[in-house]
Amino acid sequence: MSASGHLIFDGRRVPVKPGQTVAAALWAAGIRSWRTTRETGAPRGVFCGIGVCFDCLVTIDGTPNQRACLAPASPGMVVTTQLGTGR
Amino acid sequence: MTSPPLGPSRPSPSGRYHVAVVGAGPAGLAVAATAAAAGCRVALLDAAPAVGGQYWRGRDPGVRLSGVDVMTGSAVWFVSPGFVLHRRGSDPVAAERLVFATGAYDRTLPFPGWDLPGVVTPGAAQAMLKGCGVPIGDRVVVAGAGPFLLPVAAGLLEAGVRVVGVYEAGDPTRYARAPAAVAGARGKAREAMSYLATLARHRVPYRTRHAVLAARGVAAVSAVEVGQLDRSGALVPGSVRPVECDAVAVGYGFTPQLELPLALGCATRLDTDGSLVLAVDFAGQTTVPGVYAAGEVTGVGGAALAEVEGRLVGAGVAVATGHRSPLSEMELTRLLRRRSALRRFAALMHRVHAPPAGWPEWLTENTIVCRCEDVPVHRIRAAVTGLGATDGRAVKALCRPGMGWCQGRICGYPVAELTARWRGRPLTAADLAVFAHRPIAQPVRLGDL
Ligand SMILES: Cc1cc2nc3c(=O)[nH]c(=O)nc-3n(C[C@H](O)[C@H](O)[C@H](O)COP(=O)(O)OP(=O)(O)OC[C@H]3O[C@@H](n4cnc5c(N)ncnc54)[C@H](O)[C@@H]3O)c2cc1C
Ligand code: FES
Repeated sequence: MSASGHLIFDGRRVPVKPGQTVAAALWAAGIRSWRTTRETGAPRGVFCGIGVCFDCLVTIDGTPNQRACLAPASPGMVVTTQLGTGR
Repeated sequence: MTSPPLGPSRPSPSGRYHVAVVGAGPAGLAVAATAAAAGCRVALLDAAPAVGGQYWRGRDPGVRLSGVDVMTGSAVWFVSPGFVLHRRGSDPVAAERLVFATGAYDRTLPFPGWDLPGVVTPGAAQAMLKGCGVPIGDRVVVAGAGPFLLPVAAGLLEAGVRVVGVYEAGDPTRYARAPAAVAGARGKAREAMSYLATLARHRVPYRTRHAVLAARGVAAVSAVEVGQLDRSGALVPGSVRPVECDAVAVGYGFTPQLELPLALGCATRLDTDGSLVLAVDFAGQTTVPGVYAAGEVTGVGGAALAEVEGRLVGAGVAVATGHRSPLSEMELTRLLRRRSALRRFAALMHRVHAPPAGWPEWLTENTIVCRCEDVPVHRIRAAVTGLGATDGRAVKALCRPGMGWCQGRICGYPVAELTARWRGRPLTAADLAVFAHRPIAQPVRLGDL
């Protein structure tokens, strides 16, 4: 279980509550998108919420293509917007 | 990440379990508990960090799992011969019998603007709220089809969110025309009534035969267009009006997660709701001997049906591995009756909440259909009507829908439907199977290969 604190999203402090996913922490801070698509550069955030659609891909602590809706949020985590598919 | 065994169960000397269950939702939990009660050595695997599946989502399901080796954090990505389950980050698990109880996910239909941030599935709204305590918005529209829209809306209201409207594409008054099927699932009717009462108390409009046709917004959704549908599911001209909101939960029922059983060659069928589901016999065995299925994978019917199916399959695999059935004659009869009643109700539910026939009319040529590969309607239309693609496989090869990260989980149904319609024929199981076959069920790291 992750504890309370903050994660860093694109240089901004975002509060994290225990049991939250990265997507939930970002959403609670009013952030609705953290990725752009490869072809059209359209913004994307959560869609299915359960790890099926891969819309919510994000870079966490330097590792790209993490599903924000599944990844548990923890204090000190560094989360960055992902362009395209991170490759 | 294997949890310590909760009971005396250990793999047999050959290292094989009697039964391995993939998926620890209501169905998988019931299979595991029932088989273990009969004396089977059981492994229960789930990708999630806790058991419970979509229904319990981390809350305690209150199922006794003594004698079951519970392996959470175990995403199964491949099954090799001898029923060996390969999971991410841990040793493989082998068993004499396999049970797939991998559940379902929201089925969605494309519409202009459905890829705007803030447009999510009802399941996502539920997962964010129930799992993480975060409502999807402050002014929310809930739409699509199916009884699940009601608990989603009621949950948001109880969390203090303003639900601006619930738009159900189906016509629930049709339930009244099948009183026998409804009587077999009284609990469900009562549950729906209590949610409707919550909606009424908060003065939330619940509009049936209505659908969200488009979402508007710049960086995120700021309004949707809602229209009325006629009896055939076509849009009533002149009925479209805007509804302001900052989030939309929209989905048309659920569709099963089938890649593992498909990779093993298990046969499928087209269910009454137009979903691809596993074909199973009376005992829940698939067409591959020794491979069983329970819960939403055999047809979407909700948590109660999943649990009943799970208990029956658990007893069946126990007997098949040389154990005495843990169910008395009376329990068995009761469970079989309950299963037929709940399946009858599910079939009725599928007919009442079918995806509206007119949905392709709401698309524009530039509406994205495949969210992963950014494939718009006009590229799929060109493949089918211009280049002569006759099935999903050809469409996929020509313009890549279903070839991205989600491997067709999201766009499979709409692309298959559009292809069939534009070829002037009905949707078939084969159309859907093209998008449901995925050689690797879960993303893997190089180290797992
Ligand atoms: C997002 C969502 C939210 C829902 N919320 C509700 C609700 O609040 N109330 C309600 O009545 N119904 C809800 N439902 C409907 C729900 O699916 C069923 O009622 C019920 O949970 C079905 O039980 P099941 O055991 O068949 O599947 P599930 O409960 O879906 O369980 C399937 C399990 O299999 C696991 N799994 C899948 N693939 C793999 C793999 N490759 N490796 C390892 N594990 C795997 C999943 O992690 C999951 O835990 C929801 C459905 C969804 C999709
Ligand atoms: S929102 Fe669909 S995978 Fe995360």
